[in-house]
Amino acid sequence: MKSSVPARRRRRQWTQRAGFALLTLAAVVTTAPIVLIVAVILRRGLAALTPEFLLTFPTNGLRSGGILPAILGTILLTFFMTLVVAPLGIAAGIYLAHYAPDNRLTRAIRVAILNLAGIPSVVYGLFGLAFFVIFFQMGTSILAGSLTLAIMTLPVVITTTEEALRSVPNSFHVVSVSLGGTDWQTVRRILLPQGLPGILTGVILGVERAAGETAPILFTAAAVYLPNLPTSPLDPTMALPYHLYVVSTQVPSMPAEVQYGTAAVLLILVLLMNVIATIIRSRARARRHW
Amino acid sequence: MASQIPFPFIAQQPLPPTQSTKIVIEHLTLVYSDGHESLRDISLTVPSRAITVLFGPAGGGKSTLLRAINRLNDLTDVKRLSGHIWLDGVDTLDPATDVIALRRRVGMVFARPVVLPMSVRQNVMYGLELAGQHDRRRLSDAVHDSLEAAALWDEVHDRLDEPATSLSGGQQQRLCLARVLALEPEVILLDEPTSGLDPISTEKVEASLQALKARYTIVLVPHSVQQAARTADHAAFILDGALIEYAPGRELFVHPRDPRTEDYVEGRFG
Amino acid sequence: MSLAWRERMVQVAVRVAGVSAIAFVLVIFFFLIQQGVPALIQVPLPDLLGGRWYPIEDTFGLVPIVLGSLLVTLGATVISVPLGVATAVFIAEVAPRSVREVLKPFIEILAGLPSVMLGFLGIVALAPEMYRRFNLPTGLTAFTGALLLGWIAIPTIVTVAEDALDAVPRAYRDGALALGASRWQTIWRVTLPAARGGVLTAVMLGIGRAFGETMAVMMVTGNAAVIPRSLGALFQPVRTMTATIAAEMGEVASGSAHYHVLFLVGILLFVISLAVNLVGASVVFRARTRAERILS
Repeated sequence: MKSSVPARRRRRQWTQRAGFALLTLAAVVTTAPIVLIVAVILRRGLAALTPEFLLTFPTNGLRSGGILPAILGTILLTFFMTLVVAPLGIAAGIYLAHYAPDNRLTRAIRVAILNLAGIPSVVYGLFGLAFFVIFFQMGTSILAGSLTLAIMTLPVVITTTEEALRSVPNSFHVVSVSLGGTDWQTVRRILLPQGLPGILTGVILGVERAAGETAPILFTAAAVYLPNLPTSPLDPTMALPYHLYVVSTQVPSMPAEVQYGTAAVLLILVLLMNVIATIIRSRARARRHW
Repeated sequence: MASQIPFPFIAQQPLPPTQSTKIVIEHLTLVYSDGHESLRDISLTVPSRAITVLFGPAGGGKSTLLRAINRLNDLTDVKRLSGHIWLDGVDTLDPATDVIALRRRVGMVFARPVVLPMSVRQNVMYGLELAGQHDRRRLSDAVHDSLEAAALWDEVHDRLDEPATSLSGGQQQRLCLARVLALEPEVILLDEPTSGLDPISTEKVEASLQALKARYTIVLVPHSVQQAARTADHAAFILDGALIEYAPGRELFVHPRDPRTEDYVEGRFG
Repeated sequence: MSLAWRERMVQVAVRVAGVSAIAFVLVIFFFLIQQGVPALIQVPLPDLLGGRWYPIEDTFGLVPIVLGSLLVTLGATVISVPLGVATAVFIAEVAPRSVREVLKPFIEILAGLPSVMLGFLGIVALAPEMYRRFNLPTGLTAFTGALLLGWIAIPTIVTVAEDALDAVPRAYRDGALALGASRWQTIWRVTLPAARGGVLTAVMLGIGRAFGETMAVMMVTGNAAVIPRSLGALFQPVRTMTATIAAEMGEVASGSAHYHVLFLVGILLFVISLAVNLVGASVVFRARTRAERILS
């Protein structure tokens, strides 16, 4: 044997050490920019977050004033979206977790959900345009935008709900049935309450994503500038992500504060939802009775 | 083929006049999709207000038989089911049966104590609330009475609103018993209820059963032959899905008629 | 009986909700087809397959933007797959518990960052870097897009791959270690091969994510719909299918050829993304799917 055992072992150790270093490097390269991004945006954007910025309308071609209609618009869009996607998605999740038999229809439903999850957001925008804006004649409106976002967010809510319900031990179901409970009673009294944190987390993460999406609302709800707040669901609206896009690419001589300020508001909104979801999740895990 | 005692079943000695028949199992055959733990043509009688014990080696079908009585097998993949289970003269295997009502009349305690993720009080009330009972006074009384009957009241009466998971294993199992008793069933099925419990808790549960048999029909799958011998008023030996032998308690363990029964009771296989 | 009636109602309601997923997919597909197929009538096929995308002159050659998508996606994949898999391996196999608890939320945050925000940063930070470093006429290039997109796709890969690695039974690792393998060897010879299916799924989903991304890509690739003719094109502006739709749909007359062609591009996106995602998901078809995976 050419190399001795200790030499080979040393080489193995070096390979391992180098390999681990590379892996660590990869992880750092992946995650460090996140810190940078948050730091950069907050550093330059927080200063711009004056009450005026948050509570007044844009002026001077969006170059000064505030972004109130955009903030409100995003809130409205996500609110109406949640009204639609939460009941529908949770119901579908309940079906898959508890009622669906193991047959072809169920498999087709799962495939459909995978499909929906894989559709690019801009294609949802196209669909929303053809279906809600044109076919149902809603025009560019909060309604059309919310509904488009709702279909886009559906797979997330369904999947999280199903997983949350499935994680509840089956023994509870058996006991409930043995005490004379029907399927729905078991779902309502045990599965849903126990699965609620997971379901909530899923809804919040879905909302978080929808709040930041631009493409689905581009042709279905968003307007560059509106002098007044929307008064009905059939009105178009400004929205945060779209506003960020406009002020960073569409308007010449845009002051950086406006850009970073808008980005900061969006970032804070997203981070806030992330934090809430994480808190719900960890508190639920700590209080689990099983 | 197993030596089959044909229906109608004749006990070694006639049943005392005070004892009537609660459940009659007639030619019950049940096969799961995966083929395990099936039942083959089982026929036996369960007298009321007594403890009937179903014992035998693991995988023999005792649990399957137990679950057939309260139709819990509906939850699993059953490939074939034939025969009858007569409860007070009405066939519970009939598809037209109100299964919900059946399960309130026939309660079950499982091998591992499965307490629901709620307080002690809520656990006991659960079955009643399912049944639509909302009267606070009635619920409160039921909680007290059933915890008493399960010999648990003294230990938990001051912590009824704590999570049920804060109780010890033995207490949890008695809570499961109380939960069943709250529905005032007629039959209580117990599937190895003391298998995870310490000797003291086991003793308490067995004592409770002796007290309860005055009011309820009890079918018990014991976790050992000794427990079977201790508690049985009537005993059935189940092997490989078939009923080998059935007799009043003492008889079966002291003078088993079938060699297989004798082997099992003697501990030659298990 | 009220209870039985309520039970039945619930059964019907949840079933309808479940089936609605199928309905939505069919409706989406139908409407895309309905609005996109006319393009095949209004624009002769040879034109569609041409090499110039110049809507102002009614020239709708799809090749430049299809190739643009492919180029950027390819570049993104080259970046995201090694980094994503390596990060997943790091989190699942190497990092101590405390580091894991920190990294995982970070990845989740990254997954939730709006792409328009990342595009914004790409414009103000990344592109000028490219411009300076590589001495290019503009920082808005395919490479910039690939870089940004690659990084955006990493969380998708990490969450799914990490799941897959986690799912490998302890016994595999313990067995290898007991036989004298080092942790490094165990990872590459035992754990990773065992998680092969899930990791492949992760990669496919990551590619799908990069392919379907719109805003970030639109903002940093310069939006010039020219055919990438050589690898040097990597450092020139380019345009993807997604960006094309997003950029041009707003100014299009409903019913015009341009309008229909954009829908046709949408159909292409729909079909290709679906193919990628379905292949990825069927490699390891797990009934349990994590929502974050679908999210990012």
